[in-house]
Parts: sequence; structure tokens; C-alpha cells
Amino acid sequence: MATDIASLDSPTLAREGVTGKVLTPGQLIWRRFRKHRMAVFGMIGFGTLLLFIIIGSIYISDERANAVDLQARLQPPSRQYIMGTDSTGRDIFSRIIHGGQISLFVGITSVIISVTLGTLIGGLAGFFGGWVDSILMRFTEAMLSIPQLFLLIVLGKFIGRDIDTVVLFGRTISGSVLIVIFVIGLTSWMGLSRIVRANVLSLKEMDYVSVSKSLGSSQIRTFFKHLIPNTMGVIIVASTLGLAGSILSEAYVSFLGLGIQPPTASWGNMLTAAQTFVQKGSWWMWVFPSIFIVLTILCVNLIGDGLRDAFDPRSSRHL
Amino acid sequence: MWTYILRRSFQALFTLVIITVLCFLLTRFSGDPLAQYAANPRMSAADKEALKERLGLNDPLYVQYFKWLGLAIQGDLGNSFFARQPVSEMIGQRLPNTIILMLSAEIITISSALLLGIISAVKQYSFWDNAITTFSFVGFSIPIFFSALGLMLIFAVQFKAWGLPYLPTGAAVWDKSDPVEYIRNLILPVAALAFVNTAGYSRFVRTSILEVLGLDYIRTARAKGLTSRVVLFKHALRNAALPLVTIVGLDIPFLLGGAIVTESVFSWPGMGRLFWEYAQRSDYPVVLGILLIISLAVVILTIVTDVIYTFVDPRIRLG
Repeated sequence: MATDIASLDSPTLAREGVTGKVLTPGQLIWRRFRKHRMAVFGMIGFGTLLLFIIIGSIYISDERANAVDLQARLQPPSRQYIMGTDSTGRDIFSRIIHGGQISLFVGITSVIISVTLGTLIGGLAGFFGGWVDSILMRFTEAMLSIPQLFLLIVLGKFIGRDIDTVVLFGRTISGSVLIVIFVIGLTSWMGLSRIVRANVLSLKEMDYVSVSKSLGSSQIRTFFKHLIPNTMGVIIVASTLGLAGSILSEAYVSFLGLGIQPPTASWGNMLTAAQTFVQKGSWWMWVFPSIFIVLTILCVNLIGDGLRDAFDPRSSRHL
Repeated sequence: MWTYILRRSFQALFTLVIITVLCFLLTRFSGDPLAQYAANPRMSAADKEALKERLGLNDPLYVQYFKWLGLAIQGDLGNSFFARQPVSEMIGQRLPNTIILMLSAEIITISSALLLGIISAVKQYSFWDNAITTFSFVGFSIPIFFSALGLMLIFAVQFKAWGLPYLPTGAAVWDKSDPVEYIRNLILPVAALAFVNTAGYSRFVRTSILEVLGLDYIRTARAKGLTSRVVLFKHALRNAALPLVTIVGLDIPFLLGGAIVTESVFSWPGMGRLFWEYAQRSDYPVVLGILLIISLAVVILTIVTDVIYTFVDPRIRLG
């Protein structure tokens, strides 16, 4: 399907739902997205997860999620503890709700950091070209050559882990949350910056950009008003898929014990030392948090896939 | 061709310099390597100062960097503070294990991804295609620790409990020179890695085969009266498998990252676990050594992948 409305024949128009009325690009994208069954499924799933976490945290306080009860250690799921308790007797169900808040918060904020960095670095490299481009791209390449998990671990140690607890939204949480956010944000912008650079490189040769320049637009205006908004589709898709990546990264570092520190729960740190529990048979300690991680990532990936198809009309990826 | 390789190598050299500076700065400031002596009463402040002097930790930073780089080029990565052993020796002992793990996982991943991708593409929209697509989406969203813990629970813990022949969890000490023991310990980590990676690759193979099957030369081959088997395996598969070369090449950093988790779950004596253990102790010669080896491998493999690609796909000409 071509993007140019004028070149579409009437059956295509009918399929796209165009009936006389001219649709904005946003409406067209929404229409295509809605037709992507799996993406809608992902959207509903993600919405349900969010509702579960929000409603859950209204009824269950974070004191309860962090409360240690040595009398009730390693309880299997029962009526009192729906998902059992962990090795210090904390209720896993409450920790999943509050851990989910932290995991999603870390995911979203670190994506904001990485998308901003990726857009700026890639955009500037493509816009200025020359030695700016060379230096920025070599730096990007260098960062890409070190596997992300290695970078996460080293950078996490670099920033230091002895930060005091911080109060965020009326909750006292471990300072390690902030470190994890920065570390993930600083290590996951490279892919996007390459895509944005390529986009800007081709966009800046387009006629409308030269027109805008000849009308006297400053470089800053050209960059932010004309080039970046036209790469928005790519950026939105990359940030959705990046959200899945960030949640996964948080889970990995916390799983290795180098991420978010207890008592603050996150889905990742509920799994720390999980291999010992596997051998001892307390499956509920790692199965429930893992399932929530998998479901969240699955839903976000499905949404991202749907968005990619919706933004790219030529894409042949369909389920 | 040769000018291309030369230019790429020159760029890579520049990238490598950035990598060494980056890694050096990050690891050098990530925690105090002498922290292990902090609680030692026999160690006076003067002793500590003397030790610092002897280890060269008091030199200006650039002196330390060039000293390290000069020795690293000659293959001397320094000594571990903690193990008091040459780093190159420590890495040398672990490297073969990681390579064996990665290669076996990669071979199984590629062959099963090709198999699943072909079935999926040839029987598009059939029951099997839908089943494989679902598997690939779910598998793609599964963190490696989940597949690792799940496999461990089933094949190591439960099989033992049910009295069936079971696989080791890697927790017990085992004889690394015994080939049977080695393979028994290798099976689960390889399966965990292959399971997760197959998911993404099989989806990729499917898309790529479907794209190739729509091309003109395939129609010509069919029109000649060739059987669909010949068309698929002799004509379509060759071109469809090409992009896999790039994907495999680009995925190596991710594979190595995944190895940290897999190796630590199964206590596999590889480089990833070595890195994780020594990063926690801030033993920076070891951490730095591993980062250098891995990024060197990634940089070289990227160039090799690009060059191989031009050999297998004559349509691409490098300028």
C-alpha cells in the first residue's frame, strides 16, 4: 500500500476505511493498528497489568509488601498467601504489585533517557555530518561493541551502589533504583541513534528542508521542527520495543544481584538467588515474578510490532 | 574489496581505542580494589599505601592507561588483585568453555530455527505456522533465566525426584576433564540458550523465506516444472538464509551477555561467570581484560561478517 492517497485505487481505499473523508496520518495509523489483532491483544493485556498494579497498590501498602515475618518463611501458595512467601516471609503477591510499579517505572524512565540520548546523538550526527558524525558514530560503535549486560554491570559499579534511600511519590525506595534507571538509559540508546541518523541523513536532502532553509530557518529550528518530527514514527516504535528491553535489563541486573537492592521489591530482584530455590523446590518464589515479566514483555513487544506495521505501510509483517 | 577491508580495519582501530579508554575509565573508578583489606586488622594505613604504590594505583591516570595498554598489546593483561594470577591465564582457562557453550547453542539454534522457519513459511497460516508463530513470540519475550530455571526445575530437580535419569544442576563440583560429565553439564545451559534464541531466529527465517518465495526467479523455477522441494531447497533457501549471516554476526554481543546469566545459573566455568564474580570484587584487571577480549572479538567478527556476506552474496559490492 502506498502512502500517497491520490495513487490509491478505490478497493484499497475501501480496505483502509477511507470513505470520502480525509484522514490524518494519526487516524490512519490508529486504523491499521486496530486491525493488527495481536497488537490489540497486547494492548488489552498491558492495560490489564497496569490496572492490576494500580488497583493492587491502593489496597495493599508497600509496608505490607516489605514486611518481614520470619514465622512464615517459605510458605507455599495458600489462601492466606495467594502466591506464597519468600525466604524472609514477605508476601509474594504484595511484592509483585509493588515490584511491578518499580519495574515499570524503571522501564519507562530509562526509555525516556535512552530515547532522548539516541535521538539527539543520531540526529546531530546525521545533521552535521563530517567530523561530528565520525566521532559520534565511532563512539556509538564502541558502545555497541561491548555487550549491554557487561556494560550494565560495570557502569552500575562505576556510579556506585551506596546511595541513600530516596522518597519518590510518597514512597521510600532504595537509591539503587535511580542508579539502575541511569545505567539502563545510558547503555541502550545506540540502536536508535543509528536509525535516527540514517533517517535524518535522507530527510535533510529533501526539498521541504531546503525550502525551509532558504526561508531563513535557523539550524535549531530546522532540526527540531522539520527533521525530528518526521522521524517520530521510528522513534515511537523504537521506544515501545525499548521498553521491553529495559524491563528485561532491569530483570537481568537485579537477577544477578547487582540491580535494585531489597527491601524495595522489583520483579527482577525477587529472582535473586533463584537457582537455590529451584533446587530446594520452592518454585513459587521465582515462577510468579517470572510470569509477570514474561507477560509484560510479551504485551509490550506485541504492541511494538503492531505499531511498526501501522507506521510502515509497506511493511509485509503480519501475523 | 581490499580497500574496503583496509578502511574498515582503520575505523575499527579507532573504535577500539575509544573502547579501551571507555573501559579503562569505567573499571578504574568502579569501587576500591583494596576494599577487601578494609577489615583486616594486620593491615595498617602505611601498608595499604605501600601496596597502592606497588600496584601503580597512585600514578596519574593517563600513565596508568598507557602502561596497561602497552602491556595489553603484548598480551599481558596484568595480575588479578584477588586471585594473584595473571589475567590472561585466568581468561585462557575459561575462554574455551564459553566458546564451546556458545558454539553448541548457536549450531542448535540455527538448525532448529531453519527447520521451524521453513515449516512456518511453506505452510503459511496453517495450524503449524500459527503454533510456531505463537512459540516465537512467547519465546522472544522469555528472559534467559526463566528458560534456564524452568529447564533446571524439570530435568534436574523433578526428574531426580521422580527417579528418572536426571541432568546435573551444576551446583555440585564435577570433574571437568571427564568428557561424559562435561557433556552432561553442558546440555541444560545449551538448551536454555538455544530455546530463547531459536524463537527470534525462526521468525526471521520465516519472513525471509516468504520474501524470497515471492520473487520472480522462484516463479521461473516453478514454471520450468521443478518440484516444490527443489525450488525450496535449491533456489529459495540459499537466498533466504543469507541475511541470517548478518543476524548471527550482530547477535554475538547479545549471546555473550546471555552467557553471563546462563553461566551463573548453571555454574558453568566460563568467561561470563568469571566477569560477574570479579566485577563484584572490583578486581579491575580481570574485568578490564575480559571487556577487552570480548569487544575485540565483537569488532573483528563484525568486519568478518560483512566480508563473508559479500562472498556469499555477489549482489553486494563494497566500495
